[in-house]
Amino acid sequence: MLELKAGERHPIKFTLDGVEVRGFAEPRMLLSDFLRHELGRTEIHIACEQGVCGACTIMLDGNPARSCLTFAVQAIGRRVETVRSLSPADGKLNDLQESFRRHHGLQCGYCTPGILVSSEAFLRDNAKPSEKEVREMLSGHICRCTGYAGMVDAILETAEKRATTAAS
Amino acid sequence: MKPKSFSYLRPDNLLETLQALQRFGDDARIMAGGLSLVPMMNFRLLEPRYLIDISGLASLAYIRETPAEVEIGAAETQAKVLAWPNLNKSLPLLTLAMPHIGHFQTRSRGTVCGSIAHSDPSSELPLCLMTLQGSVVLQSADATRVLSAGEFQIGMFATARRPDEMVTAVRFPVRKPGAGYAFFEMAQRQGDFAICAVAATVSGSAVRLGVGGVADKPTVRDWPELADGEIDDALNDFAWDLGGSDDIHANAAYRRDLVRKLGRRVIEEARKCSN
Repeated sequence: MLELKAGERHPIKFTLDGVEVRGFAEPRMLLSDFLRHELGRTEIHIACEQGVCGACTIMLDGNPARSCLTFAVQAIGRRVETVRSLSPADGKLNDLQESFRRHHGLQCGYCTPGILVSSEAFLRDNAKPSEKEVREMLSGHICRCTGYAGMVDAILETAEKRATTAAS
Repeated sequence: MKPKSFSYLRPDNLLETLQALQRFGDDARIMAGGLSLVPMMNFRLLEPRYLIDISGLASLAYIRETPAEVEIGAAETQAKVLAWPNLNKSLPLLTLAMPHIGHFQTRSRGTVCGSIAHSDPSSELPLCLMTLQGSVVLQSADATRVLSAGEFQIGMFATARRPDEMVTAVRFPVRKPGAGYAFFEMAQRQGDFAICAVAATVSGSAVRLGVGGVADKPTVRDWPELADGEIDDALNDFAWDLGGSDDIHANAAYRRDLVRKLGRRVIEEARKCSN
């Protein structure tokens, strides 16, 4: 049994966007704080810290997860991906991100990293979603600029384009 | 918004888990998905000194079906249960209710047993378990006992679990032949906690209605027969007996009205699905 004592900083090692990362954390440290403050990954946006808003959503072993409801120690030995894992190369956007830009799927951008991570996971499980399904998926996020219409269009368009590419 | 300091334990098997519980009792909490527990820790409503993480225990991540019941293990996520191919055939009420639990992004880690162990009066799975008259398996290092849903959940966030026990599985009775099932809830936003949730089962002339979000725990009422002309009065009595209270989301009168309106809606829908 792994036992990590309270009040002590323990070594943390996991794979972040394909690269092994290390740091130290007390058991109480949230993964969101570890990513931001220990690893400097400011694409993790923190808002509600109660799992409601979705801004801090990451992928943990390939599944969407709220990093504010995950402890850094839980990530030990696992695979974590943030929105950075989407871009094919530094400074480049993937098709979903391009589509968000085209459809004005973001305004202030605070909720965007989490929404992109979720949307990517959602499209992987559901290659041909209906508009209703996309809206239901987006209900797991809060955008206070209320720019959902553009996001729905962007996600639907990406799904359609990917289906066409896969078919040809 | 940060939890109080705790020690983190990740047992390798169920025995280690139960031994840790025996050692630390009330100072320990089991965490599976953490979707209910961690917000409460972040708010410091709960301050466990030991957190026992069972999310990685493969032996508890299962769905097992017998002719009478479906048993779901403590580490099985809501997403896995929703994707289980037999769900609609064996547990149609869960097919209807589970999409209302949180979101795609939270069901991926939230567990069925965790939700039932948490026993929020407005959450969907405790309501389904109560309505279907399922049971909860509680295990300690010394013994195993099985409680009915009604024996298990005794109030708001309160259960009959002893400090050295954990919920290792829950059991849902499978669909009765010919029975009809319906579920509906009113929430401020898809996936939010229900202001009022209703689940109905109809088997022959017998009608059962479960209501969540109004009383301090999900509450079920049975009518051996319920003629169309009697539904309104029966639901009105039930709504008043539930004794709902006011909170920032809705007042008690609105909740009673939801019991009357949504109750009728699900009873009629369950009747249509039965034969």
